[in-house]
Amino acid sequence: MTPEIQVGGRGGGPALIDRHVGFLHALREHGLPVSLAEGLDAAKALTCIDLSEREVLREAYAATVVKRPAHRPGFDALFDLWFPPVMGETAPKADGPTDPREQLAELLKGDPSDPALAQFAREMVARFGQVEASPGRQSWFSYPVLRALSPGTLVAGLLNQMLPVRGGLPEQRARTQINTAIKSFEDAGADDVRRRIAEEAGIERIAKSTVKAPIDQRDFLRATRAELAELRREVYPLARRLAARLTIKQKLGHRGRLDFRRTVRASLSTGGVPLNTRLKPKRPHRPELVILCDASDSVAAFSHFTLLLTVALREQFTKVRAFAFVDTVDEITAILTSDDLDLRQADIRRWGRTNYGHVFDQFAERYGDALGPKSSLLILGDARSNYQPPALDTLKVLAKKARHAYWLNPEPHTQWDTGDSLATAYGSVVAMSECRNVAQLSEFIQDLA
Amino acid sequence: MWFGSPGEVGERLAATGYLADDAITTSVFLAGALGKPLLAEGPAGVGKTQLAKAIAEATGARLIRLQCYEGLDEARALYEWNYKKQLLRIQADDEAWDDIFSEEFLLERPLLTAIRCSEPAVLLIDEMDKADVEVEGLLLEILSDFQITIPELGTITAERKPYVVLTSNATRELGEALKRRCLYLHLGYPTPERERDIVLAQVPELPASIAEQLARTVATLRALELKKSPSIAETVDWAHTLLALGREELDEQTVGDTLGVVLKHHSDQTRARKELGL
Repeated sequence: MTPEIQVGGRGGGPALIDRHVGFLHALREHGLPVSLAEGLDAAKALTCIDLSEREVLREAYAATVVKRPAHRPGFDALFDLWFPPVMGETAPKADGPTDPREQLAELLKGDPSDPALAQFAREMVARFGQVEASPGRQSWFSYPVLRALSPGTLVAGLLNQMLPVRGGLPEQRARTQINTAIKSFEDAGADDVRRRIAEEAGIERIAKSTVKAPIDQRDFLRATRAELAELRREVYPLARRLAARLTIKQKLGHRGRLDFRRTVRASLSTGGVPLNTRLKPKRPHRPELVILCDASDSVAAFSHFTLLLTVALREQFTKVRAFAFVDTVDEITAILTSDDLDLRQADIRRWGRTNYGHVFDQFAERYGDALGPKSSLLILGDARSNYQPPALDTLKVLAKKARHAYWLNPEPHTQWDTGDSLATAYGSVVAMSECRNVAQLSEFIQDLA
Repeated sequence: MWFGSPGEVGERLAATGYLADDAITTSVFLAGALGKPLLAEGPAGVGKTQLAKAIAEATGARLIRLQCYEGLDEARALYEWNYKKQLLRIQADDEAWDDIFSEEFLLERPLLTAIRCSEPAVLLIDEMDKADVEVEGLLLEILSDFQITIPELGTITAERKPYVVLTSNATRELGEALKRRCLYLHLGYPTPERERDIVLAQVPELPASIAEQLARTVATLRALELKKSPSIAETVDWAHTLLALGREELDEQTVGDTLGVVLKHHSDQTRARKELGL
């Protein structure tokens, strides 16, 4: 496996083509929808640029084949594997401190995008990163590097050095800067670990095991804290789109006021006689939304996401009422509308045994008037009712009262109806969609119209 | 050819006051070299529209702008027949039936103007995501073949391909067909270092030390996960504000007084005040 990029003049040699095709193949395997035409665009782009400049090559590929920001991190990781930087093992600099922690502290004070920081990360991986994975086999990990250097513990010392007085706004600014630098140090280390494993084990193998799927294809139910933070950023645009879809627009209505301009324009084709009248589209109606979300522990990560979605939707609808339930149902609208809600810590989880049947009965009894001909009902939950009576008739009544009713289920389709799941039974009353990740949620929204 | 190399793009854009990074220069260069439209997507106020203006200025091309909005249709985007004039002609002359669909009665709209423009032109299709899905279909023919078909006149092909820039705030996902025909550029928030340089380029009178503090403060605000993170445009506004107030230092007092320039939601301001200890 030659890590260098072939720089064989314009057009490149067969080695470049193989690498190009292999790279596109790997991108597709990781869920990036790279079409044939886009692959050709990328190939054409390669003929226009200077291939020895690695960042230009990266951006050229990015511009032609990566069409969604969510796909960019996976793309970057794969690019680093397929087109690794050409680097010799440089000798550590003679001047300056020799203790790696001091060196790191020095670098963290500077610019996070400084190549010296990435270079240092690579040196540290070479020094600390090799671990015996199994007898006779060495492998590379970033964990021992971070343990040896523990950049997080340097922050307090750095702040003392950088600031004459601690506290206040200057400290906040310095903290953000140091945290960014630490993040880029860790990323550079992780990249280098992947590169070293790839050199030993081959690109294809490592690509499969270490490059994560794009954020929009990751399961809600298994999301980690960091992934939830990423998901939060995805939610707002989705909420806007969901709102736009639920606002059923009657584009060219059959009722409404006469559109004079377009009627006269149309009359031209009939010699100035207005045979067909054109009407102005009806004003879009502003729907009201009623959200019922499962807050039980079995769907913990999903309920966090649900909450985010609800908050985001609140801004898009004239009226949103949110209800959370486990075995009883309660209105949570007031909590969500308060200004000091901190989304990073917001949590509506409750322990308990979900009882959908009881919840529907109670909802119809206590909040039945929340639903009307203008409102859409959105139920979010896994339809696992702990073998309690399902109260299907109540749900039917509720669904009938609302203009639309939808159910989003965070469980994979294959697990529906297993154990205590009542997915099909409920699905026959309210249209149920599998919603395990952002991509599926987008799909649901697209299909709403 | 619009540009010779990505490096040249960077220099020429910088000359107009637009500071570009590697991603921007490479995709701007490729869009010119491959003759493909460039789709710039990203949050509001990161310089997507400005990029198109800077390209037009750097290349000395004419900027033709199509602003998208809900309800934009063929008549506003492509062309329209001047029906009033046509009516008058028919009434004046009974034999005029054949003449009324000719150049004389054609009203050019931005897309047709761009296709028929004989001088170099930059076509900016702004806020594509605001337009309805049907408009995308309308654009496909124009963006892939640079031609427009008018039933009464036939197909008009571009004499000279315009440089096309589409922008989108990603309020809705653009169609796959459209994205496939475009080069994609995601514009995000810049690093504090680049933002400092942008501020200094836009507001040269501002002392460098304040620009540095400003960029770092904005980076801190963005790390707070607010409802609406401050954009580059707002950072520049903030710089203007500080200059007008004659502040020498960006301390808690100053930030607290001028927070409304960068944060436009009450809840965001409350959050920022709490977290930054203003």
